[in-house]
Amino acid sequence: MSLNIIVLAKQVPDTRNVGKDAMKEDGTINRAALPAIFNPEDLNALEQALRLKETHPGSTVTLLTMGLPRAAEIVREAIYRGADKGIVLTDRALGGADTLATSYSLAQAVRKHGNYDLILGGRQAIDGDTAQVGPQIAEKLALPQVTYAEDILEVADGKVKVLRRLEHGVETVVAPLPCVITVNGTAAECRPRNAKRVMKYKRAASPSEVAKLPENVAAAVAANPELQIQEWGAAYVEADPQQIGLAGSPTKVKAIENVVFTAKESLCLGNNDEQIENLIKDLIANHTIG
Amino acid sequence: MANFYTDNPSLKHHLNHPLMQKIVALKERDYTDAEKFDYAPTDFADAMDNYDKVLEIVGELCGTTIAENAEGVDHQGASCSDGRAHYADGTVQNLDLCRKAGLMGMAMPRRFGGLNFPITPYIMAAEIVSRADTGFENLWGLQDCAETLYEFGSEEQRAKYIPRVCEGETMSMDLTEPDAGSDLQSVMLKATQKEDGTWVLNGVKRFITNGDSDIHLVLARSEEGTKDGRGLSMFIYDKRNGGVTVRRIENKMGIKGSPTCELVYKNAPAELCGSRRMGLIKYVMALMNGARLGIAAQSVGVSELAYREAYQYALERRQFGKAIIEFPAVSEMLATMKAKLEASRCLLYETSRFVDMYKIYEDIARERKLNDEERAEMKYYSKLADALTPLAKGLGSEYCNQNAYDCIQVHGGSGFMKDYACERLYRDARITSIYEGTTQLQVVAAIRYVTSGAYLGLMQKYAEEGFSGKLAPLAETLKGLSAMYAEAVEKATAANDQRYLDFLARKLVEMAGTIIMAYLLLLSAKTEESLTATATVYTKMAQALCESHLTFIRNFSVDQLADYGI
Repeated sequence: MSLNIIVLAKQVPDTRNVGKDAMKEDGTINRAALPAIFNPEDLNALEQALRLKETHPGSTVTLLTMGLPRAAEIVREAIYRGADKGIVLTDRALGGADTLATSYSLAQAVRKHGNYDLILGGRQAIDGDTAQVGPQIAEKLALPQVTYAEDILEVADGKVKVLRRLEHGVETVVAPLPCVITVNGTAAECRPRNAKRVMKYKRAASPSEVAKLPENVAAAVAANPELQIQEWGAAYVEADPQQIGLAGSPTKVKAIENVVFTAKESLCLGNNDEQIENLIKDLIANHTIG
Repeated sequence: MANFYTDNPSLKHHLNHPLMQKIVALKERDYTDAEKFDYAPTDFADAMDNYDKVLEIVGELCGTTIAENAEGVDHQGASCSDGRAHYADGTVQNLDLCRKAGLMGMAMPRRFGGLNFPITPYIMAAEIVSRADTGFENLWGLQDCAETLYEFGSEEQRAKYIPRVCEGETMSMDLTEPDAGSDLQSVMLKATQKEDGTWVLNGVKRFITNGDSDIHLVLARSEEGTKDGRGLSMFIYDKRNGGVTVRRIENKMGIKGSPTCELVYKNAPAELCGSRRMGLIKYVMALMNGARLGIAAQSVGVSELAYREAYQYALERRQFGKAIIEFPAVSEMLATMKAKLEASRCLLYETSRFVDMYKIYEDIARERKLNDEERAEMKYYSKLADALTPLAKGLGSEYCNQNAYDCIQVHGGSGFMKDYACERLYRDARITSIYEGTTQLQVVAAIRYVTSGAYLGLMQKYAEEGFSGKLAPLAETLKGLSAMYAEAVEKATAANDQRYLDFLARKLVEMAGTIIMAYLLLLSAKTEESLTATATVYTKMAQALCESHLTFIRNFSVDQLADYGI
């Protein structure tokens, strides 16, 4: 059976290669100083989707991202790797959203899109590390959810069988379709960009990008639906203005502190089990470990 | 995340050479493919942007997975069991990634599923792959064989095999035998035509790189009773048909990820490729020329890594209270390594462009008759490509060995341990000056262009380009070196003694190659100012080498050959 798969992805600052100017003085991320990349675990999710596309001929993989208009960059990245099309959910009204408002907005976009069998996303994004958006979308759409997925083993008879990677082992679960699955970074790495697809789709552009292109290139995009990246706004997905953006975000950042560990004292232990055991107990008691 | 293309500005400089405009326009037949293929470029800028973007993919794969796998591949190596060769796990992953990224059959026409890249960006990809894993470059680079299949195979054979190569099937060229190494005229593998007209192969091949490939080009004796090259033909063996087994693989010093196989042919069905008797004298010569350019690229990749590893270590390693790079003895080594690296890279891409020019004309000639001007241009570049290929392979591979040696030297005792990449690099480098014709055989191929005046002509052409500023005195020096070279050639040929010329050939070829590379570096420095210091260093090296060689030749007479046992 062919599948309609929506992959949720986010364009994030590359927090893995942090330089001196990565943080602003107020403690927030200096996005301008960090390269914007495809959130790594979303790439793992995309790979799972592309594998399903291979085993289920006729399937469609659609990338859905919410962010600034430039997030069209990761839509192209996904298409270079094998996704069929992409949507950028972008609107000033959506800015400043916390996970609740984000998941609401994305859930509205998924509803608008309709016709889905699977919604895949990375476990979490490297800028916020909350891992909340995927599960919240599942709740809002009243869909079953499978988190910490490492491998989608099988889709058959309206069910999906998933291997989950948990702290102390793995488990295999079965969920009915449609459902939301969030994928771990331990899952298979995403395939590389394909040379022919890059040459073919390098001109794919969203309406905001097309507006800045030379006329002849813009015309080429207009003439070829395959090159058109969709751009949706809050009104288009029929979002309630009270539930999106800053207005819809109960999370308020009070302060951000830069914590520098300064303790220098050391503890000498005797060579016996008792002292080591006491140390472990202390460490557990003050939440250093465990 | 490392990207071996974008971290190396020298590559973009060479890719953007002015001759590319013509190469690309010819290769793309004035961009007419764009109507038939959605990934074909519409103009020059579009094509160059495609090369740039695809090389970025190559650079990313190489800078991450392939480079990270290199050590594991070297440790595990290829293996052999049940008549088959098996790649190391890292190699399997590398090949899978290259297939998915669509990096196989890069230079093949689009109608067979290729990317229709000119040789120049393809060779650049080869250099990048080699920097990541030298041995893997062999496996990936054997897609070259498809070029020969395209040139000499029938349309039916092209349509049957080339799409498979573009999909990622690997190739091999089965030439060497136990008693036919450098001397391929002695090939004995027997090709027998059956009554129904089909052919079968019987015999043994040895030292076959990637010998368990999917599609083999095989040199075999089709004419019973013959003993020389004129009795040999080229065949295509398809692994799907069976009949060839791997008896063993070699336990090698380096490039351990690339299985070097001994093959046994037992009534292996094969197709004749091209005409009978032309196997060695035409097809294998073409195959070898392509392969030699590939080894030249492989050598530059090794040089690049050697230089980078040495430079990085010299920055970090502190002795006597400072980084060792601050000691003149070390920085001199590094500057020399860089000079050899950039010089051989200049020659590599000059050669690639010349190969592109004549090969594209050859291909156009398959579609329509060339006009007189085009034919003259094809001939011109074909001669230059033939002249430069043995220099690029011969001297480039010697330089990469020297750089690998110096890379260990900069590392000191640590370099002798297995802990650093330079140890692997040193072993991997060693084969480059041996296979696809030893340096000595490259000299044999090059000497005719010494005596014909082709190299001297090229030097004079480069001199006419005009140099100013810091480059002007360097160009003056090179003019002087060209005169010294002319004197050396005159002395070596005036004796009219073949043994005398053969004896001095290596020195003459080194002089020619060094002066040509120095000119190319000067030309590069005209637009890439950062190369000026390197051009200066290399010119000084060239001067010292030419003076040394000329002194030797001036003072060497025919009767002294006896002292060398000749």
